Order: sequence, then structure tokens, then C-alpha cells
Amino acid sequence: MDKPSFVYVTYIATTPEKLWEALTSAEFTQQYWGRDWPRPGSVRSIQSDWKAGSPVRMVLGDGEIEWWGEVLQADPPRTLSYTFCVEMGTETRSRVRFEIEPSGPAVKLTLIHDQFAPEATAEALAGAISNGWPAILSSMKTLLERGRALELGAPASASG
Amino acid sequence: MSCMSWEGVNPMDQVFKALADPTRRQLLDRLHADNGQTLGELCEHLAMTRQAVTKHLGVLEEANLVVAVRQGREKLHYLNPAPIHEIYDRWIGKYERHRLEALAQLKRGLEEE
Repeated sequence: MDKPSFVYVTYIATTPEKLWEALTSAEFTQQYWGRDWPRPGSVRSIQSDWKAGSPVRMVLGDGEIEWWGEVLQADPPRTLSYTFCVEMGTETRSRVRFEIEPSGPAVKLTLIHDQFAPEATAEALAGAISNGWPAILSSMKTLLERGRALELGAPASASG
Repeated sequence: MSCMSWEGVNPMDQVFKALADPTRRQLLDRLHADNGQTLGELCEHLAMTRQAVTKHLGVLEEANLVVAVRQGREKLHYLNPAPIHEIYDRWIGKYERHRLEALAQLKRGLEEE
């Protein structure tokens, strides 16, 4: 078995249930997941019924599907895992796994992103991911702890 | 100094203390270049005793800058940039990000010439 490509850990002052909701509900992802990127006003809705074997997709505000996959495991509020596919000339597949554990007054979130294939395009995707996840996690932490997400991306002057 | 608990310790204080040491920054550089290394692999490239590397890794783990993951019989160490991104988000404003990125690219371009 290959070793994981990326491992991220963040501690968030919230409950496992709220963190689960932040990862799985469209209303929540719209508030923190890559908001205002690539265009001002861009929002992302995660969509799935969260049953093992069901599809999951991330839909941009204009209906474009940014990435998609299949739910591998959904044990609320502890473990969530899905395949993560993007179109990069060819379909590039990988796997995302979230583990949620109570840790004192906070919750420890571990994110493991691995199983990149095919190798040829995996490197480009991995580059994008290493820029993406820390920003998404930091924005989610701010939303859960302070009730508002960070404002990322370009000035809103061109929003429509 | 060792075995600090989360209670009563500001996590960001721990991050800055961990980053204040050049050896620990070097360890993060090693992981940034090649993520997911065992203690043995990390020791190969450093002129330090195994004991010293273990101690520095411990400080980095307490600060959540390094995460250790078990895989079979091995313990792999990963650079965890999440706390560094929280520092970035705290002090870099929404409208500054693109300008700073452009500035960083300019600096890289000029220094590579």
C-alpha cells in the first residue's frame, strides 16, 4: 500500500456533530469552501445523500460540477470517506478521508488525501490540493468558531 | 518544557516557539521536500543524533506542525501546514492576497536569474 500523500490536522472549538454538518451540508460548504474563487461571488454546494455507494459532487453556483466521487464510508459524526475525481485532460481519481475525534473542549479533524491515480496527472492535482485544503480547513475553522467564514479571493467589484 | 498540555497553552504560541528554532525549520524543510518520512529517513540527511531529532519532532508534533501517521510497522511524519495557514489568514487581508502573490513571484523570478 502506498503511503498517504497528504495528512492535515486541525483542532476546532466545536462539536463533532457541527463539524460533520460543515463537511456534508450544502448550506455550510457555501459559506466556507473556496468562496469567491475562481470568481467573486462563487459558492460551492456539496451534494450527496451520504450513503455508502452513493454519488457525491461539488457544484459551483453556476451548476458546473467541480469534482465528483462515490461515498466510501459515512459514519456520522466520526468518519467520512469518498473518492475524489476531477477532470484534468483525463479523469484523475484519488481518495479523501476525514476523521473526527473529540479532544478536550475541541474536536480534532484529521484529513488524509491519498491514492492518486493515474500518476501522470496526479502531480498537477497534488499541487492544487496542497494549496487548497489548508485554506479550506482554516476557513471552516473560522466559520465554526466565530460564525463567519474568511473572505477569500478577489475583490467583489466584479461580482454579478 | 516537554509534555505541555493543550490546557492553558495558546496553540499559536506553541507554533511560534516551534518555528523559532532553525533545526526545527530544517526538519519542516525536509518534510516539505519529501512528505511522509520515518525517523530513520529524516536522520539520514541531518547532522544530528537520533535523540536530538526525536526531541525536535516532539516539539513540532505538540505544535501540530508535524503529524505522525502509523502505517504498518512504520511511523511516518507529515508536515501539517494548517497552523501556518491560520497565521496567514489572521494577518493577511482579503484584498492583499493577489498583490502579495504577484510580489512573491516577482521576487522569485528576479532571484533565480
